[in-house]
Amino acid sequence: MLEALLKFELLRNTFYTGLLVGLIAPLLGTFIVVRRQSMIADGLSHVTLAGLAFGLFMQKKYTLLMFTPFHTGIAFSIIGALIIENLRDVYKAFQEIAIPIILSMGVGLSIVFIALADGINTNIFSYLFGSVAAVSRSDLYLIITISLFVLIMIFALYQKLFALSFDEEFAKVSGIQAKLIHFIFILMTALVISASIRIVGVLLVSALMTLPVATSMRVAKSFKQTIIYSIIYGEIAVILGLISGYYFEIPPGGTIVIVSSLLLGLTLLYNKVKFKVALKKDDHYAA
Amino acid sequence: MSKPIISVKNVLHRYDQQNVLEHINFDILKGSFVGLVGPNGSGKTTLIKLILGIEKLQKGQIFAFDHPIQKFKNKGRISYVSQKSNSFNRGFPATVKEVVSMGIISNQLSKKKKYEQIIHALTQVNMEHYLNRNIGDLSGGQQQRIFIARAIVSQPELLILDEPTVGVDSENVQHFYQLLSKLNKKLGITLVLVSHDIGAITTYVTDLLCLNKSIHYHGNPGDFENMPDEQRSTLYGHQIHTITHDH
Ligand SMILES: Nc1ncnc2c1ncn2[C@@H]1O[C@H](COP(=O)(O)OP(=O)(O)OP(=O)(O)O)[C@@H](O)[C@H]1O
Ligand SMILES: [Mg+2]
Repeated sequence: MLEALLKFELLRNTFYTGLLVGLIAPLLGTFIVVRRQSMIADGLSHVTLAGLAFGLFMQKKYTLLMFTPFHTGIAFSIIGALIIENLRDVYKAFQEIAIPIILSMGVGLSIVFIALADGINTNIFSYLFGSVAAVSRSDLYLIITISLFVLIMIFALYQKLFALSFDEEFAKVSGIQAKLIHFIFILMTALVISASIRIVGVLLVSALMTLPVATSMRVAKSFKQTIIYSIIYGEIAVILGLISGYYFEIPPGGTIVIVSSLLLGLTLLYNKVKFKVALKKDDHYAA
Repeated sequence: MSKPIISVKNVLHRYDQQNVLEHINFDILKGSFVGLVGPNGSGKTTLIKLILGIEKLQKGQIFAFDHPIQKFKNKGRISYVSQKSNSFNRGFPATVKEVVSMGIISNQLSKKKKYEQIIHALTQVNMEHYLNRNIGDLSGGQQQRIFIARAIVSQPELLILDEPTVGVDSENVQHFYQLLSKLNKKLGITLVLVSHDIGAITTYVTDLLCLNKSIHYHGNPGDFENMPDEQRSTLYGHQIHTITHDH
């Protein structure tokens, strides 16, 4: 793999992208999970798919085009995010209703554009499940920009995002501009999803944003720790997943999620054993 | 006499087709400890949300520190413990320290200064030993104290508490009222306490406000205590409450 990494630029780009995505997806994912909005990633990824299919269709029709499917994917994802924010405003008491609406719109549009672009081909396949050799140099630059934007924003808005996620009413009373921050947050989510899709694919983006967080919450003691551990779990999953995907010629979406699930399983098992051991110790004192 | 920090003038509020507040006029004076009482659904939470600016003012005017509420920028001068504080997501991975730090408005404080403020606030509510505990692992009453610590950590001038003693056992309720009294007298924080428990709070508050859609009594708690029962229950609003259910 090392040799191949040095030799093939596409592979190298994918690896860098993987490292970035393994950082920003669980980072943002932590906020998404504690807000109980895990489904948002699924909704937006399917809208992104529609954008990708639209891009493929346009490429096919007008061969020389300034923008790639990656760009149209990002654009659709952002539009989807705006629609979700709007629907959340309209249906205040059932905010989760926005997700199935946006998800089905995404799938519907995808079907239309895929059919127009002449059906399922390898390109679509790689968008659905991820690919180890799909990241061009310009894609990589865009993904680096997205990652920098997300890191800076989270760093600058950390306290406000945290307060809003925990208790929106209190945050509003203390003068936090909830609407603006929600908007920036959903915008970041849209960007991270479109960046992650190159690696893990449309169907498994939400897994990369939630599985490492679910694992991390079982061991972390504070919110900060939850973020740090979920990034560590995310990076391990991406690195091991990309390497094994490359060797076994499996789309990395599959391998990354399997590694993530194994990490979750091991962590749960470890917690159980630790608890049992501690109980036994107590027995000892009692006797 | 001290000047009003909150002034409510001719406020009317309706949800759907029904007025829930009408003809509301009163002032909250600096340094006072106001008890706001009334039966379920009498509009207490709505009135408070209007004062806090999280419910949009429909009719009338509210002034906070001489600014119209729509233009008032809070910046920590008014703080709040909500009726629903306890209903946060219990699995939320946050420590007591992180929760209290949400109440710190200024981001120009050094880490050390922030830490000192957090410890100080937790000491006020006797919870300083719980600094690194997970908020979800505490009992309901303990959590309530943490939310008070969060509300006072930035040293607000006005603290509004919406039924903060729900789920706190009776012995601790007494401690709790004493704590509020201490915040009011020692730190000079103006307090508004919403409660059903009119009997328990009259010994602590300096002003009593009875609300049931409109204000039925505003004045000294001692005078209210000395009225005949019948008159009191009219003022408290129970009878009005029964009539509205009679259709
Ligand atoms: N968001 C809302 N939409 C419609 N009606 C509402 C809403 N919030 C409150 N109400 C109605 O307004 C009235 C006053 O409610 P409010 O919550 O202010 O009462 P409260 O005095 O705080 O009651 P409690 O003692 O039960 O907390 C009630 O009749 C309630 O049904
Ligand atoms: Mg209420």
